[in-house]
Amino acid sequence: MGFSEREHGLIVTARPEEEVASRGYTFSELMVAAAAREIGDGELVFVGMRLPMLAFLVARRTHAPRAVGLFENGVVRETPSLELLYTMGDPPNLLRATQCGQMLDVMSLLQQGRVNVGFLGAAEVDRFGNLNATWGFRNEEKQRLPGSGGACDIACLAQRTVVLLAHDRSRLTERVGYITSPGYGTGKSWRRAQGLPVNSGPSAVITTLGVIRFGEDGEAYLASVHPGVSVEEVLANTGWALRVADELVETLPPRDEALAVMRELDPNHFWTR
Amino acid sequence: MAESKLMAMGDAIARHVPSGSMVLLGAQLEQMIPFAAGHELIRQGRRDLTVVGPISDILFDQMIGAGCVSRVMAAWVGNVSAGVGYCFRRAVEQAVPRKIEVVDYSNFTMALALHAAALGVPFLPTYATLGSDLLKKNGNLREFSSPVSEEKLVAVRALRPDVAILHVQRADAQGNAHLWGSLGVAVDGARAARKIIIVAEEIVEPTVISSDPNRTLVPGFLVEAVVHEPGGAHPSPVQGYYGRDHAFFAQYHEQTRRVEDFEDWLSHWVVRVSDRSKYLKQVGVGQMQNLGVKDHAYTVPADFGY
Repeated sequence: MGFSEREHGLIVTARPEEEVASRGYTFSELMVAAAAREIGDGELVFVGMRLPMLAFLVARRTHAPRAVGLFENGVVRETPSLELLYTMGDPPNLLRATQCGQMLDVMSLLQQGRVNVGFLGAAEVDRFGNLNATWGFRNEEKQRLPGSGGACDIACLAQRTVVLLAHDRSRLTERVGYITSPGYGTGKSWRRAQGLPVNSGPSAVITTLGVIRFGEDGEAYLASVHPGVSVEEVLANTGWALRVADELVETLPPRDEALAVMRELDPNHFWTR
Repeated sequence: MAESKLMAMGDAIARHVPSGSMVLLGAQLEQMIPFAAGHELIRQGRRDLTVVGPISDILFDQMIGAGCVSRVMAAWVGNVSAGVGYCFRRAVEQAVPRKIEVVDYSNFTMALALHAAALGVPFLPTYATLGSDLLKKNGNLREFSSPVSEEKLVAVRALRPDVAILHVQRADAQGNAHLWGSLGVAVDGARAARKIIIVAEEIVEPTVISSDPNRTLVPGFLVEAVVHEPGGAHPSPVQGYYGRDHAFFAQYHEQTRRVEDFEDWLSHWVVRVSDRSKYLKQVGVGQMQNLGVKDHAYTVPADFGY
């Protein structure tokens, strides 16, 4: 799967109604809006499920009406499905698709370098944007997780990748225990040394606390903090000494038009808790 | 007219899938997963199977929990809408009910492995998995230098399953099969495998298949057995026939956390259920109606005339 939050759900403890009452939106909605802004108009997008799916739909309905969605089961979509999806294979995702091809049809676009952005989830992300979705390390015990799905392919071959995950010290770790999906390895020249395409690699990690980006050297830095979140809080919940941008900004709150699309598609905050 | 290959699921599995086989299941990803065939493999007590597929949703988890599997070759094993597969975890972490070997692929490299076998070549090259631990751990992925350019590539070794079990919408009695909607790796998987078992929602006349030959997954001469098994993919969806039973996947997640609970689940849904019609009665007529197509969306006919 492109996006395998699944077991590692984006757990936000506050009740969505209370969050909306106090702030006007939930943190998940903020993350969806931030993810939507990563999609440019006319771009080819490996979408994935859940929050990235909502982000794709928000982007299409707002600033990127010509973005095209790709799914690993071979589906190419230019219009939103009529129902919220649990999996990319749900029948509403195939009805009125532009194409229902084979997996290799969409993977061929990816390997040619034609996919602009792909969304990923992970159990762990590290200082250089490497992702682990294969082994969990909780309470000193190794836990077997579902694995790559298409995440490794997207991380290797998409021009940009965007990761969404809950911000937690155990999940933002100095060095992932297993590289399911390569980021910048040990630094930016690493990808080229591995033989990965020049124009590829992690672009953003959108967490429940802020947005992390990557410098020329391939190392992560904090680019924005969400409204009401302090830099100290982000650093305290990150497993390495995260660099902070000189021009640190506050993450833009979701615009009303983006919130309207999300709430039309997810009225009960099923995905955007 | 050619001889009919129609047979009951029990006969198809008994004849064509012995213990120790490498079996491709779940080629269409979240759609059309051949659960009825998987359950029959469990009932017939198959052991030491190698299960192959990009993902399988919860079918691999069930077969692993039932002790049928010694090796998994897949990109993702779990419960797509609910999270991890507990049987998969127990087998990997605690060797319960037995030790299994896991060979981790990505979706793309799994598709290429089947495509290589379909083309009859020993490997196909890709850039995917370079720099990953999948490449380091999976012996069927090997880095090499391109003979025609200055590049590193990964050779994905061809994977030839003994049997591909493919659930489709309709087929004729010779195994000419129509598949639409979610194709995934079904075309490559069918051509890669030594044998094919087709499981169909409907059996139709050969003229139905030949009226729309672009939709033909596989010509019948490659097929060993055709099983007519309506509802055979439940709880996964079949485009144009029934939707995904999301609640069933969620319940499986809740009811299989502990090994004793899984055994109860397996007994209730597989072991004590003699065949698919009994299983569907247990799901309930009302529930199958709920999952049925509410708004038909027929394609516009294409003119093959001249």
